[in-house]
Amino acid sequence: MEHNNIINHPQFVKEGKQVSFKPETLKKVQDLMKRYPEGRQKSALLPVLHIAQEELGGYLSVDVMDYVASLLGLQPIEVYEVATFYSMFYLDKMGKYVIEVCQTGPCALSGGEQILAHLQEMLEIMPGETTSDGIFTLKTVECLGSCGTAPVLQVNTDFHEKLTPGKVDKLLEDLREYAKHDKSDDSTWVEKFC
Amino acid sequence: MGGKVLLANVDIPGIRGFDTYRAHGGYIAVEKALREMTATEVSLEVHKSGLRGRGGAGFPTGLKWSFLDRKSDKPRYLVCNADESEPGTFKDRYLMHHLPHLLLEGLIISSYALGVETCYIYIRGEFKYLVGVLEKAIKEAYQHGFLGERILGTGFSLKIYVHPGAGAYICGEETALLESLEGKRGNPRIKPPFPAFKGLYGCPTVVNNVETLAAVGPIINMGGEAYAKIGRGRSTGTKLISACGHINNPGVYEIEMGLPVEDFIYAPRYCGGIANDKLLKAVIPGGSSVPILPADLILNTAQGEQRLMTFESLAEGDFESGTMLGSGGFIVLDEDACIVRNTLNLTRFYRHESCGQCSPCREGTGWMEKVLHRIEHGEGKMSDIDLLVRVAKNIEGNTICPLGDAAAWPVASAIRHFRREFVYHVKFPEVVKNIDHGAIQSDTELLIPDSGTGIKYW
Repeated sequence: MEHNNIINHPQFVKEGKQVSFKPETLKKVQDLMKRYPEGRQKSALLPVLHIAQEELGGYLSVDVMDYVASLLGLQPIEVYEVATFYSMFYLDKMGKYVIEVCQTGPCALSGGEQILAHLQEMLEIMPGETTSDGIFTLKTVECLGSCGTAPVLQVNTDFHEKLTPGKVDKLLEDLREYAKHDKSDDSTWVEKFC
Repeated sequence: MGGKVLLANVDIPGIRGFDTYRAHGGYIAVEKALREMTATEVSLEVHKSGLRGRGGAGFPTGLKWSFLDRKSDKPRYLVCNADESEPGTFKDRYLMHHLPHLLLEGLIISSYALGVETCYIYIRGEFKYLVGVLEKAIKEAYQHGFLGERILGTGFSLKIYVHPGAGAYICGEETALLESLEGKRGNPRIKPPFPAFKGLYGCPTVVNNVETLAAVGPIINMGGEAYAKIGRGRSTGTKLISACGHINNPGVYEIEMGLPVEDFIYAPRYCGGIANDKLLKAVIPGGSSVPILPADLILNTAQGEQRLMTFESLAEGDFESGTMLGSGGFIVLDEDACIVRNTLNLTRFYRHESCGQCSPCREGTGWMEKVLHRIEHGEGKMSDIDLLVRVAKNIEGNTICPLGDAAAWPVASAIRHFRREFVYHVKFPEVVKNIDHGAIQSDTELLIPDSGTGIKYW
């Protein structure tokens, strides 16, 4: 049986695209795998999936997951089951900037719901949707561990804290400007690992 | 010393870098431990300090270390739990952001004491920027000979690696964390066997919280007995409290255990009182999982004694009238906060974060959310309130890991202490539907004119 049929879900369709890391990224990935004892390279799965998501299209397509499986010597299902468990891994195509608004307890007490409503209004999309220009995806997330500076959101894991509607407007304006120059707002996962 | 142990040097510019940290007494504890003490002596100091786990459970660290299977010929591991995701808690993030070397010192000394040669810092994926901070600090420590082969010319070698998670609250539970570190879904393991015998890769493993490990360096510097003199009773030392919600000064504070809760809330050097001159309604003092207490019970126990910031005092009265110190995520709610809405919010969180292994938690959290949702939106029935209590009771204690308890306690305690607010939501659906939340303002508005259906709890 072809493994594109293992999971009966529209997201799990194999397109058969060739994907691979840049040579310098591949080197970093191989270094990461050495951090774990011999025979335990599966441990590198989460960090490698972060890198793959970032470098190979912004989400984990079946092709990307299969590629990661082959790098780590895993069965594809071992990657799928992990990718579907963790909320930071995306299985759908995302906008260039993923805006994740915290909606848990302390943020909700401090105006997080108004921030989300404001974003919905400004972007004219609901949580889970992407703007038609492909620049923004809006998401709600659970506690980001920034309760003392609530309300808070992350743009591709970059924190933006003590938000007001005015600050959100400025942020969107900045990001639209960045998008024109194809700029990311944060350093990549690969750069984080020394 | 002003009660500060961990954060004594936090305001020094550049303390995040190795040179500044070293110039202010950094790594002296490592030198002392490795050069002058045996591994057993280090463990003994930690034992004497009375240090208790700072992640939420408050289990004595020395005792946890003593369980480690030292007879096994397998490698041993130390795993630092930096998966801080308990709502209301942001102390570990603060600590790692400002004092990464303090954590590394603790890791080096603890690894020496435990006979560990490889150590992993499991940090939540959302703290990606901290991965860079920690990696840089680790690199500096290698460069200065505090990590790597034969540290300080002794026979002790250590490697430390940072490992990011990917967004799952459950991975803060130590066995789920180990599963995740092995590259799997974060499903907690059945215990026993405990990680001390079968942990990472089936090897003896100790998992400690960031703040717990950060305290090890200062304990070695000052001596376990001196550390135990700080604090009160069995709650020794200092605790980082992350305060948030409706207060004037949200932030991370290091307090000496035993500080009265009232001082913590109202003193200008701590929370600075309730924001906008409102009144205090309730506090969730140890992260969202611990029982919520109304103002009178958080300031004083049911016996009328002043409530203190210690494991024991906050738990005074058990679940009838007490709560827990937990992780120190101190969430303050003012008089305008709607308890039903807050409880619904937290229940949604637990439903979302349940790993799905155990039916009581997987199904129960969803049921509680649905019932709370209809009460909050003016569609509840009076029987729903006791239904919630029943569901919560059936989750509690019936799951592999404590997430089930963590989901049940906020609901059970909110109804126990604020039942009339739930009753109000059911009795006045039109009011609830039409108000902009936060508008149930004063206590008098909550007085219900006709108690009606035999509800006798208020």
